[in-house]
Amino acid sequence: MIRMVVKRLLIGVFVMWGAASLIFLIVRAAPGDPASVLLGPDADREQIRQLHATLGLDRPLHEQYVTYLGDVLRLDFGESHRLGRPAMDAVLERFPATLELTLTATTVAVVAGLLLGLLAGARPGGRTDRVVSAVTIALQSFPTFWVGIMGVLLFALTLRLLPSSGVGTPQHMVLPALTMALPFIAIVARLARSSVTETMREPYVVTARSKGLTEPQILLGHALRNSLVPVVTIVGLQMGALLGGAVIVENVFAWPGLGSLVVDAVANRDYAVVQGVTLLIAGAVTVLNLVADLLCAQLDPRIRMEAAA
Amino acid sequence: MTRAATARAATAGDAAAREASALTVTDLTVTLPHPGGRVRVLDGVSFDVPPATTVGLIGESGSGKSMTAGALMGLLPEGATTTGGVVWRGTDLLTADAAHLRRVRGRQIAMVFQDPLAALNPTQRIGRQVGEIPRRDGLSRAEVRRRVIDLLDRAGIPEPERRMRAYPHEFSGGLRQRAVIAMALSGNPSLLLADEPTTALDVTVQARILALLRSVQRAEGLSMLLVSHDLRVVSHVAERVVVMYAGRVAEQGPAREVLRRPAHPYTRALVASVPAVRTRTALADPLPGAPATPAARPSGCPFHPRCPLARERCRTEVPAPRAVADGRRSACHFAEEVLGS
Repeated sequence: MIRMVVKRLLIGVFVMWGAASLIFLIVRAAPGDPASVLLGPDADREQIRQLHATLGLDRPLHEQYVTYLGDVLRLDFGESHRLGRPAMDAVLERFPATLELTLTATTVAVVAGLLLGLLAGARPGGRTDRVVSAVTIALQSFPTFWVGIMGVLLFALTLRLLPSSGVGTPQHMVLPALTMALPFIAIVARLARSSVTETMREPYVVTARSKGLTEPQILLGHALRNSLVPVVTIVGLQMGALLGGAVIVENVFAWPGLGSLVVDAVANRDYAVVQGVTLLIAGAVTVLNLVADLLCAQLDPRIRMEAAA
Repeated sequence: MTRAATARAATAGDAAAREASALTVTDLTVTLPHPGGRVRVLDGVSFDVPPATTVGLIGESGSGKSMTAGALMGLLPEGATTTGGVVWRGTDLLTADAAHLRRVRGRQIAMVFQDPLAALNPTQRIGRQVGEIPRRDGLSRAEVRRRVIDLLDRAGIPEPERRMRAYPHEFSGGLRQRAVIAMALSGNPSLLLADEPTTALDVTVQARILALLRSVQRAEGLSMLLVSHDLRVVSHVAERVVVMYAGRVAEQGPAREVLRRPAHPYTRALVASVPAVRTRTALADPLPGAPATPAARPSGCPFHPRCPLARERCRTEVPAPRAVADGRRSACHFAEEVLGS
């Protein structure tokens, strides 16, 4: 088990290196120049050249790259010249808000998705199954930004039940978290349904029936745990996607998380902040997937055995 | 007193109830959906399992023997329809409500499955699965634990205190089947339905599992329906045999007599197809042709295309099972001829 964790962490280091390198290249390949953004339209060539020298942007790309990697290894993620402070400070300041939103959305999605999936999978082809299947297809088909805007129109502007944007009260969380959770609910529900349906066809479920168990006892006592492995894996992956995808939702609802920070940073060519956000999310995704795999091993002893081998 | 002896003493009180327990299967017919109409996978199957007796249910694959075991417990694939009667302790299990079936399952009639690895839940420890019925019956943790250790011990699993903490994949095939047998015994059943209990095992392990089933059946005075394609397995354990072909009963009777002096050409061919291990006289005489399937059941006697004695009547007239000797029934028009030859 420990070997598996170590192995996965080593792979994680490579993933982070890849992410760091890619984003390093992408921000520099993108059109625009941090110096001209910082100095404004009136700056002359000499001023821009001087700022390039101060920022180190006049040096060859490979030199910048080596310096950057060396700094990252020393946990120095560079200075945000626009904010005038260490980039990672700004990133970490915004991270809790995004994490709060993502965790809330995930909790809602897992609870609601599992419930729907179990209800549907208990009797495949039944009425519940057909309703759940229609609902989940609808949920997955609506684009996130549209759901967000419609949510604001209905609940904030028309019904005046919830605030349309910002933070402060638990009510502020409802619309952005639900907007994030809805497609996620559909993913979990559909996966849980097919997983439960498949498990209910296993011979050991027939064994459980031959022992005189009721269908709910079989579903909860024998089928649920065995159906969870694929669900846990997908939830881990999907949470990573949520962290990255928070950009859209956070901007619709003016949520002060990483999403709004990174949009701002991209617009202003704030390389250090963009790189910092990317590294943090890559790290979070690595950890999330590791946690998901550990959970799977906890659920199924056969995975534990494979990991030990 | 050994654990097994304690258990026997404890179950002796149930002996009276078991005495009266016989399973009576009458005209059991099962249909399954099939492209081009429903297929009668079982067609008018009738037999008894007397108290404290082992009945062997034998036939080639597709003859409906496993389907019979499933139908008795109401554990058939979706879409199956069942008619006829399965009377157990005065109740027809085919028409009994779900709650009654649940009381019967595991506690009166228990199943031992063919593939023990598939039949055990991979994510639960052996002890938990063996102790599930006692636990759901409200026994305390300590009582359940004692019961599980006793059951594993009776099923011949060494070091039960340690083994109960193992997962199925950590067991060998033989140990797994012993665990499945322990699980089957956990509800103190009166009747065991063993569906090909040794087919998935190594030959050397097969003999031990068979010996275990036989000793458990005798020690506890159980009835047992042993489903197998293997004539040798059945001949070692069963007192009576029911020979099935294409979803119908070809012949039935006391095991020794049926196998020595068959009253149906199919049984005779089946016996001849078993290679004798000790003699070197000849290779076994394999059955000619492929087994008839219920989906494409030949007219008349379903065995007639493969039967050396087949005549015109066999092609047109379905032979009804009839008594041909003391306690024996055969579904062959010419049973007397077969018996006499």
